[in-house]
Amino acid sequence: MALSGIEIYKLLPKTNCKDCEFPTCLAFAMKLATKQVELSACPHVSEESQSLLAASSEPPIRLVSLKSDGYEVKAGNEVVLFRHEKTFYNMPGLFIRVTDEMTSEQIQKKLKPAEEYLVNYVGIDLAVDGYAIESTSNDPTKFKSAVESVRSVSKKPIVLICKDPKVIRAGLDVLEGESPLIYAADESNWEEMGEIAKNANAPLVVSSPNIDSIAEITEKLKDFGVLNLVLDPANRDLSTSLMQFTQIRRLAIKKDFRPLGYPVIAFPCHAPSPETESIQAAQAITKYAGFIVLETFSPEALYALLVLRQNIYTDPQKPIQVQPGIYEINDPKPEDPVLVTTNFSITYFSVANEVEGSGQPAWLLVSEAEGMSVLTAWAAGNFDAERIAKDVKRFEIADKVTNKQIVLPGHVSVLSGELEEELPDWDVRVGPREAVDLPAFLKQAL
Amino acid sequence: MSIEIPKDSWPGEVRTITIGATAEEGGTRTSTVTVGGEKTLPFMHFESPMPYRPVVAIEIKDRKPDDWSQLLNETWGEVMENPGLWAKAAEEVGAEIIQLSLSLTDKDGNRNTAEAAVSAVKNILENTGLPIMVYGPGQAEIDNELIVPISDATKGERVVLGICEDKNYRTIVASALANDHLVTARAPMDVNLSKQLNILIQDMGLSLDRVLMDPTTGALGYGIEYGFSVMERLRLAALQGDAMTQLPMAVTVGFEAWKTKEAKVGVDVPKTWGDWLERSITWETLTAISLIETGADIVSLRHPESVKRVRAAIEELIAVPAIA
Ligand code: SF4
Repeated sequence: MALSGIEIYKLLPKTNCKDCEFPTCLAFAMKLATKQVELSACPHVSEESQSLLAASSEPPIRLVSLKSDGYEVKAGNEVVLFRHEKTFYNMPGLFIRVTDEMTSEQIQKKLKPAEEYLVNYVGIDLAVDGYAIESTSNDPTKFKSAVESVRSVSKKPIVLICKDPKVIRAGLDVLEGESPLIYAADESNWEEMGEIAKNANAPLVVSSPNIDSIAEITEKLKDFGVLNLVLDPANRDLSTSLMQFTQIRRLAIKKDFRPLGYPVIAFPCHAPSPETESIQAAQAITKYAGFIVLETFSPEALYALLVLRQNIYTDPQKPIQVQPGIYEINDPKPEDPVLVTTNFSITYFSVANEVEGSGQPAWLLVSEAEGMSVLTAWAAGNFDAERIAKDVKRFEIADKVTNKQIVLPGHVSVLSGELEEELPDWDVRVGPREAVDLPAFLKQAL
Repeated sequence: MSIEIPKDSWPGEVRTITIGATAEEGGTRTSTVTVGGEKTLPFMHFESPMPYRPVVAIEIKDRKPDDWSQLLNETWGEVMENPGLWAKAAEEVGAEIIQLSLSLTDKDGNRNTAEAAVSAVKNILENTGLPIMVYGPGQAEIDNELIVPISDATKGERVVLGICEDKNYRTIVASALANDHLVTARAPMDVNLSKQLNILIQDMGLSLDRVLMDPTTGALGYGIEYGFSVMERLRLAALQGDAMTQLPMAVTVGFEAWKTKEAKVGVDVPKTWGDWLERSITWETLTAISLIETGADIVSLRHPESVKRVRAAIEELIAVPAIA
């Protein structure tokens, strides 16, 4: 757990020698507490203090990363239980599973569309993060060739699934130079799996339905020198899994309990149907998973999950905003209408996409509304007639258009009277409430 | 190793509220729904049992809506022409509450009337024994015009009337007081605005035992992260003992999810959005599950398949883990 400035001060030499270029040890300690300096700037710290301070600066949940040629998927480094307390940092990677009893053609057929999948959400491209290969045959040769089949389709990071070390070794042979995730160590095989993980420099999952035993195994592995671990509390129903994921997160963050201070992996792939699979995956996204293994590749479910992940991992401190200003859509001419919206990025993208898709040219005035959606900004007093009129002037829109037709979002139709007063020579119209109805409005009503 | 699991024990708890009244209780409902009473965060059975499960309402309209997704029209079919039959069909597919949203106009575009709205409600009460919630079209003047006569006509039924917002709550609250009903208070995604509105309602003399709150949620992809965090903060505040937040939360997931482009539009959308129907149901279902896990007590849904999926998930979530 992070130490306070005073706690750090107690571990320093207290000589105020100024070699660190701070006037006192206390001043240095204060800077160290806020991570503005490195401990190494003080040449006189004792070894004991050094190791205490190093341990305290470790994050409560270790950062674990899977690597392959050109790709990296990271999890961990989280510091809060609720996103409003700060933010969630590393989005859980989504992996699609295949088994080694599928033929090479079957694997390729399943993974090619997954590999090509790319969906745009508010200007961001979202995709699958990698693939999980499970040995259901327990045959090293089959496993090896399954890993080769996956590598013939994709270079993305891989999760290797089998409790038999022999089989895992065969899979690793194909992945020279990478850090795949190895699944899994348990009470019976942890030593051999630990050895493999250490040699391959790959992170290792520790699996048990019981978090006491998970903690015992992670401690043993840590002493053994395997530091990059991932936890699998192997209960798959929503209730038990929600409870255990929450308990692990709390122990790590509130109690600084190191044996469980690792990212967690979820396996919605074991769900009885694609419908329940997407529900389990959604819970894993909102409630603390670091890696998620899916069975089904279906664009509609994947799109929903990727968007949910994007939403939950948005920094709540910084509303995603676009720059206020006047945006040209489909090459507008002076006679085309001016549509008004706010600078909340989801609002902006919904409106801009609809107008663009409609093929109708228009000017889009993105008003400064503190990054809030139309209704929220209006309720909070950040989006009113005065502000819109001010932005019309600030962005010199009257110089760009001749018709002076301005369209308000339907949700704030109440502003139309005031806006007419603020902009007497403009024709103020009220548009639809939802962006999705804009194309019809642009074609028919204007 | 035997780990000591930290258990939160909270000073506060959510109020327990019952919707609907049976014949003995002065109404005509054959069943009632009780929600709230949480003493800890959702489904943390190891800390405190969950006294009541989250429930699923189905949202219906007083006439066939003009602007609902074609997918919904196809699913419900003819019953949409008759709110009583629609309510009955909703009960058959798993609704625990019927949430009626009144239309602004009739099918010819004329302003909706009190007579029509009251007769729609009576029709529903005759066709289902479930408790009901009745929300106005969302414009102050007409909301009051329609909700007050409905409130008078259903005295004693413990109907949830709505929606109270800071710009329009007095008339609805007064009418709920007079007729022994409940209300929903909606604020725009803000903890303090929610609290303020609850205070205003309480100041009018309506006990908070008769108030549900709707913090406004947004849908997946359209601001759900704001709704999600506001709900988490409200529930945490409630458990910490802030009386003005200790109300069960009732959220309109169907309304939010089905107005998104993902659910509304089936043509000219990216191929990567996948199958339209399955996408829409997933959109509604995942929005509902995410909010239920932040503390939603009542979710109003529109599609029967989402109802089925969400109810199954709730069933799984309320089961106490064998190892807890
Ligand atoms: S260098 Fe070390 S001992 Fe010297 S003042 Fe700085 S912190 Fe204190």
